[in-house]
Amino acid sequence: MTDLRLPDLSRVAPVDTVGVDERCARFRSRSIKKDAKIQGLKLTLSMIDLTTLEGADTPGKVRQLCAKAQHLHDRLPDLPNVAAVCVYPTMVAVAREALGDSGINVASVSTAFPSGQAPLQVKLDDTRAAVDAGADEIDMVIARGAFLAGDYQTVFDEIVAVKQACGDAHLKVILETGELGSLDRVKQASVLAIAAGADFIKTSTGKIQPAATMPVTLVMLQVIADHFRKTGRMVGMKPAGGISDAKLALHYLVMVNETLGPAWMNNTWFRFGASSLANDVLMQLVKQQTGHYQSADYFSKD
Amino acid sequence: MSNTDADTGRLPVAKTYKLYIGGKFPRTESGRANALRNSAGDVIANVCRASRKDLRSAVVAARAASPGWSSASAYLRGQILYRIAEMLEGRARQFHEELEREGVSAAVAVDEVSQTIDRLIHYAGWADKYVQVLSSINPVASSHFNFSVPEPTGVVGIVAPSAPGLLGLVSMLAPVIAGGNCVVALAPERHPLSSMSFAEVLHASDVPAGVVNLLTGQVEELLPHLAKHMDVNGLLIADATAEQAAEAQRDGAENIKRVIDVTGVDWSAADAEGVYHIASMQETKTTWHPIAN
Amino acid sequence: MSSSNPLAFEQAWQYSPAPESTDHIQLDERYGLFINGEFAPADSGQTFATINPATEKPLAQVADAGESDVDRAVTAAREAYENVWSPMPAAERGKYIFRIARALAERAREFAVIESLDGGKPIRESRDIDIPLASAHFFYYAGWADKLDYAFAGCQPSPLGVAAQVIPWNFPLLMAAWKIAPALAAGNTVVLKPAETTPLTALKLAELCQDVGLPAGVVNIVTGDGDTGAALLGHPGIDKVAFTGSTNVGRQIMRSLAGTGTPYTLELGGKAANIVFEDAPVDQAVEGIVNGIFFNQGHVCCAGSRLLVSEAIAEELLEKLKARIDTLIVGDPLDKNTDIGAINSAAQLARIEQYLDIGRGEGADFWQGANTPPETGYYCRPTLFTNVAQSNRVVQEEIFGPVLTVQTFRTFNEARDKANNTPYGLSGGVWTDKGARIFKMTSELRAGVVWANTFNKFDPTSPFGGYKESGVGREGGLHGLAAYLDLGRGMQS
Repeated sequence: MTDLRLPDLSRVAPVDTVGVDERCARFRSRSIKKDAKIQGLKLTLSMIDLTTLEGADTPGKVRQLCAKAQHLHDRLPDLPNVAAVCVYPTMVAVAREALGDSGINVASVSTAFPSGQAPLQVKLDDTRAAVDAGADEIDMVIARGAFLAGDYQTVFDEIVAVKQACGDAHLKVILETGELGSLDRVKQASVLAIAAGADFIKTSTGKIQPAATMPVTLVMLQVIADHFRKTGRMVGMKPAGGISDAKLALHYLVMVNETLGPAWMNNTWFRFGASSLANDVLMQLVKQQTGHYQSADYFSKD
Repeated sequence: MSNTDADTGRLPVAKTYKLYIGGKFPRTESGRANALRNSAGDVIANVCRASRKDLRSAVVAARAASPGWSSASAYLRGQILYRIAEMLEGRARQFHEELEREGVSAAVAVDEVSQTIDRLIHYAGWADKYVQVLSSINPVASSHFNFSVPEPTGVVGIVAPSAPGLLGLVSMLAPVIAGGNCVVALAPERHPLSSMSFAEVLHASDVPAGVVNLLTGQVEELLPHLAKHMDVNGLLIADATAEQAAEAQRDGAENIKRVIDVTGVDWSAADAEGVYHIASMQETKTTWHPIAN
Repeated sequence: MSSSNPLAFEQAWQYSPAPESTDHIQLDERYGLFINGEFAPADSGQTFATINPATEKPLAQVADAGESDVDRAVTAAREAYENVWSPMPAAERGKYIFRIARALAERAREFAVIESLDGGKPIRESRDIDIPLASAHFFYYAGWADKLDYAFAGCQPSPLGVAAQVIPWNFPLLMAAWKIAPALAAGNTVVLKPAETTPLTALKLAELCQDVGLPAGVVNIVTGDGDTGAALLGHPGIDKVAFTGSTNVGRQIMRSLAGTGTPYTLELGGKAANIVFEDAPVDQAVEGIVNGIFFNQGHVCCAGSRLLVSEAIAEELLEKLKARIDTLIVGDPLDKNTDIGAINSAAQLARIEQYLDIGRGEGADFWQGANTPPETGYYCRPTLFTNVAQSNRVVQEEIFGPVLTVQTFRTFNEARDKANNTPYGLSGGVWTDKGARIFKMTSELRAGVVWANTFNKFDPTSPFGGYKESGVGREGGLHGLAAYLDLGRGMQS
């Protein structure tokens, strides 16, 4: 991967925020009904990285989450599983064992998540530890301090190094867009991360507000589209944090559908990082089936 | 024309009144002239009878001057209008005489020239203010900065009133050029002398070539060509019959010309000046831009 | 990456039909003329059908007003002006207009559905743009009614009298609001003629005027074709003409008004350039281009129908534009997901198709989106003509449909000169990240509305109108008020 080169970020076309907001409003004005809605809701479930990232996480908590991942709502037939369970590196082994041969991936955050304020060697060790414990996917954070200071080379080199440390594991690069200050910066960071070899780009850690928003996600999707047009390489997208209801998730799917097209409309290329989204989607699915509005008391919380 | 002066025995040199096109004083290309006579029937001047080709040349000159004049700073336009007033003040006596030669009484001539100078000063002061008075910032509901400003209509034709010969022309001309337009004006058909001398004042006042073009000739002959000209954007008519003015409005419709009939306006009245005279040959431009980080 | 239960879509995610409900809509079989507060048939008894362009089926029969009907309407407006509306305290006039704004907002969905049924525009637009803006327009001008003395420095404005207003079919209710709201606020009464193909929302507005108790004769609506419009604008009893429509009809109106001294405002045609520089926010520019030309099927006088794009980014931009156009849903105007609805009438569709032939005949490269319009109804897929020259008719003439021409430029001056090289001057767009360039281009475009890094935005406070052959006078905002007032000063048209 020595041919990777930091692109000239000053040549990245600017973003007009009001225009982005208007486009997002158009996505939200799409009305998703009937079959399209059921299909979209199931697709959403299949795209979820069910996440717990707390200092208080324990093996017991992680095992419960893994159980939920495999039994979303067994009373509903034909439900997909979620795509992955996302945990801290220390919890990877527990999750790996709990998920067994379910086919659900284990994703681990790494690189001194969520701040990324650690020496490179620590970040690489963090990553290798997660991979060695059985992580299929690594969610790293970029060095926002370096990025905002204009030290793009450091940010770039770190991603390249972490990518190497990942081995076969897929690398999601978290930009922490809530700290970048503008959509122009989000776009530049996306360009940088993709050029450095990211398999996925991801909005947020979930620890900073705002986390994922539609405008931020749209800008990132457009960078992915640009990269695909230029190189033919597909890059995945993961908005994380803040997407907690089914309606909003469907709007995101509309956005992916109309920005990247059907090739991205699967969990190989699109994920939701979320902890409470699944239950709202399940409630909507049951409502579609029964015609009755649902109560949270009938859906397991883990 | 004046004969040998009885006292000095000297034969005065008579002035040839020419057209004013593109900052030059050509004779009409047609070679035609009208003899202008005083009330006693004496010929006081041979005045060019401009042709449609002269009119065409004047419009070309006005159009060519338009980008520069419309984008000149408001400050500069105000300075130039003030300069015109200064020059007219300095030559006031010449204008008194010319107005008198055209049959205006001495007292009225003095008054008319004074009013004309004051009118120029009035518009010199407006040049850098009318935009503020006629503009708006519009509080739109979306996240956009939105404002409206006046911009000059472009090339404007003027048919000056027959009387007051100087004050009428200048009262129509000054707001139009203060507003950044360029002008093709027909001087008062029966009182052209002071108008054409006014061209000399303009010429000496740093008015860029082509900003004002003055023609002498017949309204009946020239107005239809002015009204039909596709590169004239606006037309102010103060000396035409009702039927001629209506015909000009019909002709002007071809390019949606702004044709305004101001026949009968009292040019010495209080409301014969003001910002709305400038506004009549302005277009409003509204600009939108997003507000965001 | 694997997934335990991959969802194998056999095809792309298709949005299911999401039709707007019409069960709350009440349309009569026939509508009379609204004169002096009452609905009545035309003296001749003649009616014509208004057609739903999406189904080609009639929605209602509408009275065809003749000269005697127009005369009754003008007389009613005159009597209301002299006896009721102009003597009324201005604040009270304002309150009536506020009532209209409020009632329109309350019944917004009903008006939106009828607008889409009658005119073919997507329900998303009538619901999110036309009707809310119409209500907002009444609300804005209502507040002016008792503040006219503040509007124009040094003037004591007075109303003109009876305003005769003729509006087009592209924004039927919104244009009615643009016409009626400032006229009433300024103290005039009106006779309005909606377009022949889209009379219904104006007639519903007449019902609404009854409901809010607006005094009889203050607003009169006469329906009919061009003859009715000519009878209205030629009526000797009117004091003001306001027209929105084609430049050709505008010319005829100017000629017919010559010598009468009747003041007029005209909103006419356009052929706007949308200029995209190499440093533009490209993805938003693509969106702006789409909104510029495909909004309301391109039936927009200020549509950005000429794309001028820097040669440096033309290829990339066109690729993105085409991909975006492919995602547009052309279909049933009443489906909430429709982006491009039905062409307003068979006649307009024929006119657009004629231009498509002309463009191909001129040697332009012809491209249409992969959209799938319904089988019945009047539809036109979004169309691009690339490889066109300034001399092509499709570049020079207003098509009034979803047809965009694409030209490239190299320098600022070339873009500006091409943009201004038209008899029209209604609107323009410029896309660049450089502030200084924006101000230079927006000030050098000879057009009445210039959108920088946006396009096709409208607001009641924002004056709208054209330079050159695109019209005379302004509608909207403070400037729009002047069109309905005698300022008593100056050489106003």
